[in-house]
Amino acid sequence: MSTVSKPVASRAPLMDRADERLQDRSGIAGSVRGFIDRVRSGDLGSLPVVVGLVVIAAIFQSINPIFLSPNNLVNLLFDCSTIGVIALGIVCILMVGEIDLSVGSVSGFASALTGVLWVNHGWPVAGAILGALLVGALIGSIYAFLYNRFGMPSFVSTLAGLLAVLGLQLYILGSTGSINLPYDTALVNFGQILIMPGWVSSALVVVAGVVLLLTKMRNAARRRAAGLSARSTGAIVFQAAVITILLGLVVFYLNQARGVPWMFGLFVGLVLLMNYAFTRTRWGRILTAVGGNREAARRAGINVRMVYASAFVLCSTLAAAGGVLAAARLASSSQQAGTGDVNLNAIAAAVIGGTSLFGGRGSAYSALLGIIVIQAIASGLTLLDLSSSLRYMITGGVLAVAVIVDSLARRSRVSHGRA
Amino acid sequence: MANAFDGGIVGRGEAVLSLRNVSKNFGAVQALTDIELDVYKGEVVALVGDNGAGKSTLVKILAGVHQPSSGTMTFDGVPVVLDGPSAALKLGIATVFQDLALCENLDVVANIYLGQELSPMALDEVSMEIRAWTLLRELSARIPSVREPIASLSGGQRQTVAIARSLLLDPKVILLDEPTAALGVAQTAEVLNLIERVRDRGLGVVMISHNMEDVRAVADRVVVLRLGKNNGVFTPDTSNQELVSAITGASDNSVSRRASRRAGTEHSAGEAHP
Repeated sequence: MSTVSKPVASRAPLMDRADERLQDRSGIAGSVRGFIDRVRSGDLGSLPVVVGLVVIAAIFQSINPIFLSPNNLVNLLFDCSTIGVIALGIVCILMVGEIDLSVGSVSGFASALTGVLWVNHGWPVAGAILGALLVGALIGSIYAFLYNRFGMPSFVSTLAGLLAVLGLQLYILGSTGSINLPYDTALVNFGQILIMPGWVSSALVVVAGVVLLLTKMRNAARRRAAGLSARSTGAIVFQAAVITILLGLVVFYLNQARGVPWMFGLFVGLVLLMNYAFTRTRWGRILTAVGGNREAARRAGINVRMVYASAFVLCSTLAAAGGVLAAARLASSSQQAGTGDVNLNAIAAAVIGGTSLFGGRGSAYSALLGIIVIQAIASGLTLLDLSSSLRYMITGGVLAVAVIVDSLARRSRVSHGRA
Repeated sequence: MANAFDGGIVGRGEAVLSLRNVSKNFGAVQALTDIELDVYKGEVVALVGDNGAGKSTLVKILAGVHQPSSGTMTFDGVPVVLDGPSAALKLGIATVFQDLALCENLDVVANIYLGQELSPMALDEVSMEIRAWTLLRELSARIPSVREPIASLSGGQRQTVAIARSLLLDPKVILLDEPTAALGVAQTAEVLNLIERVRDRGLGVVMISHNMEDVRAVADRVVVLRLGKNNGVFTPDTSNQELVSAITGASDNSVSRRASRRAGTEHSAGEAHP
């Protein structure tokens, strides 16, 4: 009957590691294994888009070696920024499971309004931009009102908005049809030539790496102090180092040509800001909750209408911001601004980047990754001197593949209990 | 008048929550008619009735999800109008809904703190996670990780999360709609223990259940609803037969005939149930 005293665990189990069914996922190897498990269960994150980007780059580079030249990439980043900002708004509205089909028209209207107020009416440029943004916010609040008050499906209200706002754009531009913005002004320079000096972009990469490292370390320290499991310091340093080195290589490569455009810097800044808002604020949390289960969010005491309103307003405001950037990029406000494929490119970018059309699942980074994919295709096809007909067909095909991946991943998540 | 609905229990002090003549109709359907309900501090009221008796509708009215078509509600002696779930939460009425009302795409911590997140501009995930673990421990929950989305949890685990969430705000009244329906043996016992613990802390508990064993185990009073109307108030030691007949309507006017029936049962108890 002599019972051998069992070896007591050397330290008290961490509060969130007490369950014996949990597998150990600490350290670098654990992180990798966790990542593989997530992907296998359909929680793909940004993996498909990264794979897609590599494939696209490989194809175009093999056909035309100019494609990956630093100069072409710098132009690509300029082009990304305008629609990318619009796509960021689309991510917002997709998070609550709604859609805004009028972002193209709103951006075109904002672009026209900037030109009219600034050039025709002699407003200061900041006032004109602010006016365009406010009008964007107003349009979004109209959609929110229609949705909250009358239960009008956003699909219909924004489709109506697409036509009505396009009409407004044509109306305020009048018979001339287009306004040229003066060159050598801050706005147009910003859209066309302003580039970060090499040391600024390099410094920003270092700052990003340090901030990433410090916040992760602080977070891990807090968790450890509170008796929760935390990622090992090695894993954090490894991750921060990899990200910093990758970003550093990209920036170094771009600096071989002109460098990183300030406009792209603004876009990335907005993406980081929205990412913080989505993941680290109450607003982002309840936005995700409403997208996942509207009634549950309502019963938790959340003002669901305000959440929808914020999403609609933010989406339209960002669309207007994209329109202002487009005006700066083209140095003109024209009837063509915001028409054609702007609308669908913005929506496609968000979806290709991995934001679900079904609501409650998405990330600010999907706007960034998605728009790079779309612009890469556009740029590659332009380099091949292919007509826009082919460009539309190929972009449409990529969108279809992205939605198929989303649907399949969703089915897989359901069967793995991670929907 | 009110005494008829106290089920003979008097002297408990003021009712923390009481309904008078509350009716609710959905279009032509009269879901609730002239409901009277009192919940006292430190008691468990079981709400029983057949399917479609209006139990869940009543709970949703108490939770502010539905607004009554007519009638009055008082909370702590003050007349209140619950114009939304947040009004009920603010008063101190917490609810565990039958469908649990969890967001499947969020993890356990986010669900427990949904709408009550700490430090809104920079979420305090560490404190929230610790409190979530503490609440789940109190319920002896078997949840391996609070950082998994709700979608990956079983029905019983989800139930525990929903109950843990209701306790987050230290409410005065807790409404539980079928709290033990999806639970295993151990968790059912834990939930019943918890209900008693909550009651002993002076909270009012309203529990809907189809399980007469659970009702008998913890309830201080059993309120029967039938077809959207009050159909009597019973003590937990009432015989099963009597409860069932009140629930199913085998006796039409149970309130008025209760006393005589009770006397009859006591007399014939020996012969009828050997």
